[in-house]
Amino acid sequence: MFMIFGIPGPLLFGQLLLGLINGAFYALLSLGLAVIFGLLNIINFAHGSLFMMGAFAAWILLEYLGIGYWPALILSPLIIGAFGLLLEKTVISRLYKLDHLYGLLLTFGLSLIIEGLFRNYYGSSGMPYQIPPALSGATDLGFMFMPNYRGWVVVVAVVVCFATWLVIEKTRLGATLRAATENAPMVQAFGVNVPRLVTLTYAAGVALAAFAGVLAAPIYSVNPNMGSNFIIVVFAVVVIGGMGSILGSILTGFMLGVVEGLTKVFYPQGSATVIFVVMVIVLLMRPAGLFGKAA
Amino acid sequence: MWGFSRAQAAALLVMVVLVVVSPAVLYPVFLMKVLCFALFACAFNLLIGYVGLLSFGHAAFFGMGSYISAWTAKNWGLSPELAILLGGLVGMALGVIVGWLAIKRQGLYFAMITLALSQMIYFICVEAPFTGGEDGIQQVPRGRLFGFISLNPDMAMYWVTAIVFLAGFLFIHRIVHSPFGQVLKAIRENEPRAVSLGYRTNDYKLIAFVLSTFVAGIAGGTKAIVFGIATLTDVHWSMSGEVVLITLLGGLGTIFGPVVGALVVSAMENYLAQFGAWVTVTQGVIFVACVLAFRRGIVGEIGAKLRLAL
Repeated sequence: MFMIFGIPGPLLFGQLLLGLINGAFYALLSLGLAVIFGLLNIINFAHGSLFMMGAFAAWILLEYLGIGYWPALILSPLIIGAFGLLLEKTVISRLYKLDHLYGLLLTFGLSLIIEGLFRNYYGSSGMPYQIPPALSGATDLGFMFMPNYRGWVVVVAVVVCFATWLVIEKTRLGATLRAATENAPMVQAFGVNVPRLVTLTYAAGVALAAFAGVLAAPIYSVNPNMGSNFIIVVFAVVVIGGMGSILGSILTGFMLGVVEGLTKVFYPQGSATVIFVVMVIVLLMRPAGLFGKAA
Repeated sequence: MWGFSRAQAAALLVMVVLVVVSPAVLYPVFLMKVLCFALFACAFNLLIGYVGLLSFGHAAFFGMGSYISAWTAKNWGLSPELAILLGGLVGMALGVIVGWLAIKRQGLYFAMITLALSQMIYFICVEAPFTGGEDGIQQVPRGRLFGFISLNPDMAMYWVTAIVFLAGFLFIHRIVHSPFGQVLKAIRENEPRAVSLGYRTNDYKLIAFVLSTFVAGIAGGTKAIVFGIATLTDVHWSMSGEVVLITLLGGLGTIFGPVVGALVVSAMENYLAQFGAWVTVTQGVIFVACVLAFRRGIVGEIGAKLRLAL
């Protein structure tokens, strides 16, 4: 067994991989938050709960309908995305004329309702979700054994993040979206249906969160609290990265996951707080965030 | 007097009478809980109601105040008034750091930073040996006030809590109705304008934040002495959410709103405690209802009906 900085190589790489996986979830969630914030000017506190609902949707599909992982990967984001669409249409859209703080309070309330309901019906202990057979087992990479599913999560998260970035930066739809973020009334004056664009954007952000939830289901146990544990860290990620840039949120997400993974190796007690410490340092050095524009 | 309008003075009188009379009717321990949360919410309201700052991490100061009071009362044998004061001072010291960091960003970022920092403090409390981890600090003695009045009888403890609450309430009210408070309101209404008038708005925000965290620490310390226990619940983000809920339901930016909100929310939690997670669901529903239909809160709506600022 070889050693790096006095740490066994496999342990280091194992934690790095776990860090990358957490980073993948941070990236997917902060990406959705950033897109929603850009257009709706709302910090979607319910994002964590919707991530949790995505995982639960996969579990429910398997448990009650016998629908496996692969269809769930598509179905769950569609179902939860539709739920997000409904949320936006019925409640969130009433807030656009108010102070942005009300959006945070409302979505916080929504997340309490969602998590409370799930805890009532499923308890807080958590349900296991099997890794799909095609991805079970591990591959020998020479320097470590990599569980196939974990490798898959990292790869697919990178692909989805990159695809989202492509859509926003390189397509006509994305151009409209960016224009509406800059100046919605002007875009509306050009004949774009901005309210519909807003609704669809919210639904897309929610679908991303649900997709992350399905990916997370076989790694963490599916339980009602999985979202709120994540979302506060994701807020710190968003503060660190700044919400001005899509690529910025993706990079920050992965980077912080890796930092967290490394801390688990070198200073395990600090792993829960390290991202917040990074946030403090960034606030001191670059108050606008790594990729943010100064206000 | 003291910046109270006549209607507010009348309402204050009613409140004081209720504080004095209610232990004859209601369980004093429940009332002490209400008073602690009311004070906590008054502190929070100073920020959201009068400066427009949404601190989503106020549990950190409340919880830290509660830990410090419990620890010093138990391990150093400090008398309760000193333990509570020390809780407030430590909450304040923490407030200086958190406030100074969070004020570097505005609006929603401010809320996210305070939430993230309070979560960091929560994790530190989980790990730190002095908090007792999952067990918390238990069997804290109520001790003797000024060294000779035993607070073990509930009524003695109740009067101390009531006096701490009233003092904190008047303190917050005094801040809001001072020239300093006028500047805070100017910042809430239009910060760039306040800057252009030559006010260093960040200094004002920080001072308001620190004052608020001091009172929050006092509230947490009092709660620890009353119940003889300090736990992780007091520093958890759900406690931050609870104080937001209390203030929102009672009425943001009203003097009496946080008190009414604390009473209603505590009563609701008492009645619903047997139904487990339904408490959380109900809290969520109240949040949604308040934001969508009822933004002035209970006291704000009553004030609007009577055309009075309460």
